[in-house]
Amino acid sequence: MTAPQALVEERILTQGAGTGKYRDLDVHLAEHGPVPSTPGPALVTLVEQSGLTGRGGAGFPTARKLAAVAAGSAPVVVANGAEGEPASSKDRVLLSYAPHLVLDGLQLACRAVGAAQAYVYVHEGPLVAHLENLVRARARRGVDVVVPTVVAAPARFISGQETAVVSAINAGPALPTSAAQPVYVKGVDRRPTLVQNVETLAHLALLARHGASWFRGAGTEREPGTMLCTISGAVASPGVVEVPIGTDIADLLERAGGPSSRLGAVLVGGYHGAWLPAPTAAELAMSVAGLRDAGASPGAGVLVALGADSCGLVETARAVGYLAQESARQCGPCMNGLPAMAHALGELARARPTPGLADRVQALALAVDKRGACHHPDGTVRLVRSALRVFAAEVRSHQGGRCGATDLRPVLPVPAPMAGPR
Amino acid sequence: MSQQRQSPGAGRAAGERLAVDWIACDGRGLCAELLPERVGLDEWGYPVLEGQALTADLLPDARRAVAACPKLALRLQPC
Repeated sequence: MTAPQALVEERILTQGAGTGKYRDLDVHLAEHGPVPSTPGPALVTLVEQSGLTGRGGAGFPTARKLAAVAAGSAPVVVANGAEGEPASSKDRVLLSYAPHLVLDGLQLACRAVGAAQAYVYVHEGPLVAHLENLVRARARRGVDVVVPTVVAAPARFISGQETAVVSAINAGPALPTSAAQPVYVKGVDRRPTLVQNVETLAHLALLARHGASWFRGAGTEREPGTMLCTISGAVASPGVVEVPIGTDIADLLERAGGPSSRLGAVLVGGYHGAWLPAPTAAELAMSVAGLRDAGASPGAGVLVALGADSCGLVETARAVGYLAQESARQCGPCMNGLPAMAHALGELARARPTPGLADRVQALALAVDKRGACHHPDGTVRLVRSALRVFAAEVRSHQGGRCGATDLRPVLPVPAPMAGPR
Repeated sequence: MSQQRQSPGAGRAAGERLAVDWIACDGRGLCAELLPERVGLDEWGYPVLEGQALTADLLPDARRAVAACPKLALRLQPC
């Protein structure tokens, strides 16, 4: 899959947007200058003042994470670029287009927590060699105090989950674990570990250079800064854009060229996110606060526009089939419940007049919700429940044996199953 | 919760609740046999924990269930 091109020039995606051109170290240094020499404790204070939150999907305050890891001894920092979400490309665009901001941010995070060991964690693929070359180039020039190790993980949905990241770096499988202690207490090599999304680190690199009030010059009071969003589906120019947090979804869709047909619904926050009716979504702000009452959240900044002529149930059934296949098969309710849910949704999507299918899906959702070591079952349930809510009219007509959709081209991307043993 | 005052004995909250390590759990079902008051089974045989804090009268059976789990997947934790 080729990553969509960067569309808009802002803080992170500043130059040559749309070219996807790799930026070399000289270009980066000429534009941004060297990594600032701010001492560690001052960096933590700066992050706290900035209000920076994690951009990997959970939105946790970065300063609190930094402080927790800094309190331990001999910590480790991981730049997490394992972007498992099929509808997200922002981390790949960032690592291809502005990788030195991420690597600068990694240095700063190491200094903030007092770490002498760092990793860059990405999916297998061309990014691995690309990043290894960049790390070597920076080491040769003496840019980095802590030279990170690049670690590749299988390109699976859940391999970027925090405990899976730690497990993979510890030479285990890239699957979630149910450790008694959080990774910020006991992670890589049993040491306190900061796992930070690569976009968060890029923001840190800019924040350290320009200050907290500059950072707060975009976004909202509670959720400051910009964010990268991946917009796809029924829009004229799908791709990655950088926008202030809190931008209306209608404006975000315009940044991707606007709707390419009349929209029925928008998937917000990715495959662990929620469908919203298009008119509802259009008026909402892309922020945690703006989406909370609608039962959605920005997640990792994913929007997928669905045309009114497409079938939301068919789309959801395909996505849930993928999510079921991506279960780590470690926890019983997820291992059994997700395939069962995918099957029932598939039957519903095929518009066979079978009574009780929607009730069966709801019962399965209840049976898997919050019953796993990670949030994979919970996130899948969120998507499924939102589909039954938003596509309630379609559910009724499908149960009566009829699908009104006229455009059956797939909208939600689903990677091919991986070959070989998992 | 733990300091809740109800009628003495039976209904008193013990300040502990059951939790499942979902990765370790294999759905053997001993917990549901030993503590049916609080543990049911889902359609695949995995435990469904009912209620929150255990009451003092259930604590001995809860401890037995924890000790009997062949996968060491059931534990008591403070709540």
